[in-house]
Amino acid sequence: MARLPPFELADQSGQQRAFPTGRPALLCFLKEECPTCVLSAPLVRAATEAFGGAVDVWAISQDEDGAQLARSFGLAGPLLADSALRVSYRYGLETVPTVILADGTGEELRRVGGFDRAAWRELFGELARLAGAPEPSFDWDAYPAARPGCGSRSVEPGIAERLAAEAEGSPLRARRIEVGARDDPFEFLFDQSVTDGLPVVPPTPERVLRMLAGTRRDPQSVVAVVPPSMGVATVEKVAINAVMAGCRPEYLPVVIAALEAVCTERFNVHGVLATTHFVGPVLIVNGPIRDRIGMNYRENALGQGNRANATIGRALQLVVRNVGGGRPGEIDRAVLGTPGKLGFCFAEHEARSRWEPLHVERGFRPEDSTVTAFAGCAPTPIVDQFSRSAASLATSYGLSLMAAGHPRQVGYGEVVVVVPPEHVDTIARDGWTKQQLREAIQAATARPARELARDEHCAVGLTPAEVERLGPGTPVPKFRAAEAIHLVVAGGEAGKFAAWIDNWAGGAGSAMTTVKIEE
Amino acid sequence: MQILDPTDERRPIERRLAARPARLSGTVALLDISKPRGDVLIDRLAERLRERLPDVELRRYRKPAFSRPAPEDLRREVLRDCGFVIEALAD
Repeated sequence: MARLPPFELADQSGQQRAFPTGRPALLCFLKEECPTCVLSAPLVRAATEAFGGAVDVWAISQDEDGAQLARSFGLAGPLLADSALRVSYRYGLETVPTVILADGTGEELRRVGGFDRAAWRELFGELARLAGAPEPSFDWDAYPAARPGCGSRSVEPGIAERLAAEAEGSPLRARRIEVGARDDPFEFLFDQSVTDGLPVVPPTPERVLRMLAGTRRDPQSVVAVVPPSMGVATVEKVAINAVMAGCRPEYLPVVIAALEAVCTERFNVHGVLATTHFVGPVLIVNGPIRDRIGMNYRENALGQGNRANATIGRALQLVVRNVGGGRPGEIDRAVLGTPGKLGFCFAEHEARSRWEPLHVERGFRPEDSTVTAFAGCAPTPIVDQFSRSAASLATSYGLSLMAAGHPRQVGYGEVVVVVPPEHVDTIARDGWTKQQLREAIQAATARPARELARDEHCAVGLTPAEVERLGPGTPVPKFRAAEAIHLVVAGGEAGKFAAWIDNWAGGAGSAMTTVKIEE
Repeated sequence: MQILDPTDERRPIERRLAARPARLSGTVALLDISKPRGDVLIDRLAERLRERLPDVELRRYRKPAFSRPAPEDLRREVLRDCGFVIEALAD
């Protein structure tokens, strides 16, 4: 017989019990929902009472609530908690009850799995010899000759893999899936409904381990609980989806921060996902990480072609899909959606801006790296190649932004305006601050209330009562406040084209949310 | 290849089955995997199918060895000529 690995477990009073103890020990592994354990419990109790003076008789519970087990089994001696199942796993348990007799050094003398009357009788004989105590009288005939045990919790599917990974020191705990030798892994992943419609990189353990090297966070720490299914996204789960999206390890901290940002009440990713509206998360990255991971904020900043831009937003959406259960046509009820729901992520061209970057405006330090999540739609162009003053540009922006949601919709919430370098230069020549520009845009959107009224041509607009209350000639601006207009600089050097990004249904359901990226 | 589950692990992993037509028609492959007495079972199945579905054409195929996957050529042939496969084994 082999020497059993030492262990330390807490008993029902919280006292740590270390094995081996120097005395002979009877270790009885039990779980509550096991009729054979119930059958064996009186024998454990009898062993405690008869031999407890010289032998450590320990019941070891696989249940979360060991106290309940002690009550229902009427146990008298120490009851140790192995709900983490580490000892059960290391001791190679396949069934419960399993009763192991060991000597004072931890050498295994005898092991009984399930219920076996003859084996228990022999065990009692040996215990009596070891304890120098008489065998208790026992109505052995009241017991059946044998009963099979139940499966040890340590060999249940899912748990066994986790325990194996723990034992080999692997940080990975996710369920492992074998792809058949004849299966195409890409097709297999489509079949599992875990892609966004594009192929994903198969998340092999090796790739996920490499991805995890991108963060210092514990792989099992929880990043967020992800709606709509309230799935628990550990760092490992985020890393798996980041692999699938095509991320490099150094992007992982951005994906983690983005997930934290959207899984807040403020951002409300549940609503963003479930709505019939177009929206998806739009991510704007600021700070030094932009250059460290090679993000694009220059030509084609909102377009294709840059790995970080393309995969960070995609990874976030894959987590929402796979961990959160947010699948189109199910909880995602978008009537049309938007191409950005595959992933929409870009960075601000901070060096080319004459203003504070977005994250500094929002209370972070310039040297912080942040991700800002905005529930947004597709970018809409503002084509203005003629303006040579800040005021003229502001008017162009305002006229264009009137179309947000609907040209007659007012009291509007947040929008993002992406200002290209050529427009930055035009505005800078007049020395305008961001706030001046915002207020001028807001002013340019204002129309007399009567022009915003619903009429015989179109049912959308202010009601007659609203027009009356405001005063028919009173100018009514588009936005509830100029501050709702967020100005972000990005784009190539040549081209006087700006873009605005509309919000979700007027902006009441979600608010722009910025989170610092932990590197 | 082994991959890690990207989901919250609430759903079991499964291969997706091909869509099942409402009725059997056209050509049906009866594939004997070469286990002993598999042919007895397939003979009986063929007999019953002929009684119940006289318009269905039945074609017999046989894998060279039960312990190995069907050869590529055989799989292609079945795929090309048949809309259904009934694979039967016995012991």
